[in-house]
Amino acid sequence: MSTHLLNLNLRVWRQAGPNDQGGFKTYRLNGVSTHMSFLEMLDVLNEQLIAQKEEPVAFDHDCREGICGMCSLMINGQAHGPDNATTTCQLHMRRFKDGDTVTIEPWRAAAFPVLRDLVVDRSAFDRIISAGGFVSVNTGNAPDGNAILVPGVRQEVAMDGAACIGCGACVAACKNASAMLFVSAKVSQLAILPQGHPERNARVINMVAQMDKEGFGSCTNTSECEAACPAEVSVAHIARLNREYLRASIFAET
Amino acid sequence: MVRVASDTLNSRVPDGPLQQKWDKHLFDMKLVNPSNKRKFSVIVVGTGLAGGAAAASLGELGYNVKSFCFQDSPRRAHSIAAQGGINAAKNYQNDGDSVWRLFYDTLKGGDYRAREANVHRLAQVSNNIIDQCVAQGVPFAREYGGTLSNRSFGGAQVSRTFYCRGQTGQQLLLGAYQALMRQVSTGKVKLFARREMLELVIVDGLARGIVVRNLATGQLETHTADAVVLATGGYGNVYYLSTMAKGSNVTAAWRCARKGALFANPCYTQIHPTCIPVTGDYQSKLTLMSESLRNDGRVWVPSSKGDKRAPDQIPDTERDYYLERRYPSYGNLAPRDISSRAAKERCDAGHGVGETGLAVFLDFRDAIQRDGEDVVRKKYGNLFHMYNKITAEDPYKQPMRIFPAVHYTMGGLWVDYNLMSNVKGLYVLGEANFSDHGANRLGASALMQGLSDGYFVIPYTIGDHLATTKLEKIADDHPACLQAKKDAEDRITKLMGVQGKRSVDSFHRELGLLMWEKCGMARNRSGLEQVIGQIRDLREQYWKDVRVLGSGDTLNQSLEKAGRVADFMEFAELLAIDALNREESCGGHFREEYQTSEGEAARNDADYSYVAAWEFQSGGAEPILHKEPLVFENVKPSTRSYK
Ligand SMILES: Cc1cc2nc3c(=O)[nH]c(=O)nc-3n(C[C@H](O)[C@H](O)[C@H](O)COP(=O)(O)OP(=O)(O)OC[C@H]3O[C@@H](n4cnc5c(N)ncnc54)[C@H](O)[C@@H]3O)c2cc1C
Ligand code: SF4
Ligand code: FES
Repeated sequence: MSTHLLNLNLRVWRQAGPNDQGGFKTYRLNGVSTHMSFLEMLDVLNEQLIAQKEEPVAFDHDCREGICGMCSLMINGQAHGPDNATTTCQLHMRRFKDGDTVTIEPWRAAAFPVLRDLVVDRSAFDRIISAGGFVSVNTGNAPDGNAILVPGVRQEVAMDGAACIGCGACVAACKNASAMLFVSAKVSQLAILPQGHPERNARVINMVAQMDKEGFGSCTNTSECEAACPAEVSVAHIARLNREYLRASIFAET
Repeated sequence: MVRVASDTLNSRVPDGPLQQKWDKHLFDMKLVNPSNKRKFSVIVVGTGLAGGAAAASLGELGYNVKSFCFQDSPRRAHSIAAQGGINAAKNYQNDGDSVWRLFYDTLKGGDYRAREANVHRLAQVSNNIIDQCVAQGVPFAREYGGTLSNRSFGGAQVSRTFYCRGQTGQQLLLGAYQALMRQVSTGKVKLFARREMLELVIVDGLARGIVVRNLATGQLETHTADAVVLATGGYGNVYYLSTMAKGSNVTAAWRCARKGALFANPCYTQIHPTCIPVTGDYQSKLTLMSESLRNDGRVWVPSSKGDKRAPDQIPDTERDYYLERRYPSYGNLAPRDISSRAAKERCDAGHGVGETGLAVFLDFRDAIQRDGEDVVRKKYGNLFHMYNKITAEDPYKQPMRIFPAVHYTMGGLWVDYNLMSNVKGLYVLGEANFSDHGANRLGASALMQGLSDGYFVIPYTIGDHLATTKLEKIADDHPACLQAKKDAEDRITKLMGVQGKRSVDSFHRELGLLMWEKCGMARNRSGLEQVIGQIRDLREQYWKDVRVLGSGDTLNQSLEKAGRVADFMEFAELLAIDALNREESCGGHFREEYQTSEGEAARNDADYSYVAAWEFQSGGAEPILHKEPLVFENVKPSTRSYK
């Protein structure tokens, strides 16, 4: 594993606060090791900025291992950058070439307002889960784990949906800023598992209603979301959501 | 000389036979009647497994809950990153497991430095946790026929670990998060994300509120309640490089310690044997490769020193599978502390591999030959993918290179059997407390503890406090609230006012390196004495030369880090003092002066079979040591052997 050093031009979105207009600023960053992660590269940029008494670039991140869903960033127009199935924190600089210009922007969606620089507000996702993305079982009410049998194969499909990390890349990648992939991942997991069945109809109706209320766009099946999704959530879940929605609209108790 | 308090701490463990303590206690505790619960309010800081489960369960019971986290959503607490699995004594595999065996393994795994009664309760409720999570829709791995699957983890000879691919923590946390969001929808829980706790409010000796900074706007807010539950995770980032999330901090716990809550066993830190090695000085964190990999991966180094051949060029006869050699009955599943030290020993002896010589191999060749690549991919696919992302190497083709890294902290705020600290009304759950893992935590037992504390302990024990304590109404303008808010404000002003030349990160890295070198995998008296002085010097420099740009009343990530590092600078000293005081080796605490002729930890039960709980003293004075003697009524501490 040999190390190379890159010299880069970074075009970074800077925005002082929610009400500021914001704009791009260009920085030159030299000597970037190809072993660095993308966020480590931004750390180095920030060290350089602090040394020059310029405020560092704000960006969300926490686990830096691809699971918390806190990191974001549009990198050269792609949500989480060029690699498939990879979050920004897991993207490494070996994907870039010496002399590259790299454009870095926040997620762009009406439902995800910018708070500062590259940081956006994704609380709309929490409100969608709160509208029905759960099984109503109070602590202490559970039967033995093996009393509910779930065939291994079904289990795997449920897990595919459950793997969503809630990052919002699907919304950012979609020209309509639709949140369908995110919503369908949860609807689908809980529709497949027997534990989710009692609330199946209300769940899909309420989550979709909340999604609309938050101002996400509608889904026109372009599958950009799937391509951007770091957790490899498939659009097959959207198809399942649509079936669930139809079913619920027919059978819902009114 | 350490100043020792004359009284010993009362753990309030109920009397009676071990197996009946918890049930008896449940009966003895006072209850809050259902219609009165809505009259009480509880603050829960932290939304990980411990805090998320607690806030959801308390909301279900009818309490008014306020839930806080520093991330943008409760779903991002660092519990999300747990990979391998969660233990329970279900005995679904019919391999001889039982509550007693789980209790015994955990207590022994902790090198007999945990509180016996707490560990037994943990083993008892472990089965309820699995049931609860299944009912929530947590997609645990299953067999074809639909029953739950298990895998093995270190320090156990039964298969009792439940898992969801390589992302068990994620699924358990989402289960708790969804239960929490359900309570948010009913209005019983109010959510405060992007809030960082900066002060505890104590009124008449009772924990009654907190001061937080809204990280999005910079505003300070005061919140009051009838009790405060802290579930703020571990302090591993005092080492800068660790498997913790970047935001993980000691601030919440340390701010409570500064107000009188005792900090127990800070020197018990866990160094995990299988992490991806450091590559450069820009490195911002270390990535764990789950212990579950040791079910199928074999750990080895070349038998001859400095052997630089590619691993597949080294025949089996010239490989040293040192864990299998030294610990034949546990082999690659020897506990973490032991496996980490064994790796260090081989590297120190010149057998390490990779560019730096600070790595050993974790090899899947035999498993792939035996079971095929597909089976291995199904079990560990996401971990292999992660390894490949970071190193650009393919672990299906060549062995992983791994090295120990700081991973978990067994120490934490002192709590009694009810999980209440010595400050009345302040409860501490999950990794933030000290109680269940002793000097070393076994794999798959932190998730168990977090959920046990949150779902099955605090909902009962907090009621006893609320039902039996006189709680006056207090408002945000109570003098204690105003003072706490002013303290937080003053610190921010002071940090912003230094206007020095060095970034916060540069200080944090320097502190971390000191701690790793002198207070890491191996410790000794002279190193510890030296590092205490070095920490003090660095802290002094910090307050003279740190540079925090921008302002306090906007989103300002430098300022967030600056506050956390300031607290790490104080806490690091306590960690070293505790390590210096404990003149024995036990679990993750290895004092080079105290080892057997074979290099194993030499515990000293005669002098150190106690919990060291430290009381902070202001003005730079030495902390006071309070002791809780450890009483083992049921298991006789023996020398831990995995041979
Ligand atoms: C990479 C990794 C893998 C692991 N794998 C396993 C495993 O397989 N099995 C196992 O049993 N254990 C595992 N562990 C350990 C286990 O995940 C943790 O110990 C456990 O999840 C901690 O849970 P918690 O609820 O105590 O804290 P956390 O999940 O860390 O949550 C802390 C919460 O407190 C909040 N918080 C912290 N500070 C503040 C503050 N100042 N103000 C406001 N809020 C604050 C955070 O926002 C967060 O919500 C692993 C740990 C790591 C790092
Ligand atoms: S579906 Fe994929 S892209 Fe969308 S939030 Fe979930 S993980 Fe992110
Ligand atoms: S920082 Fe957690 S997923 Fe990237």
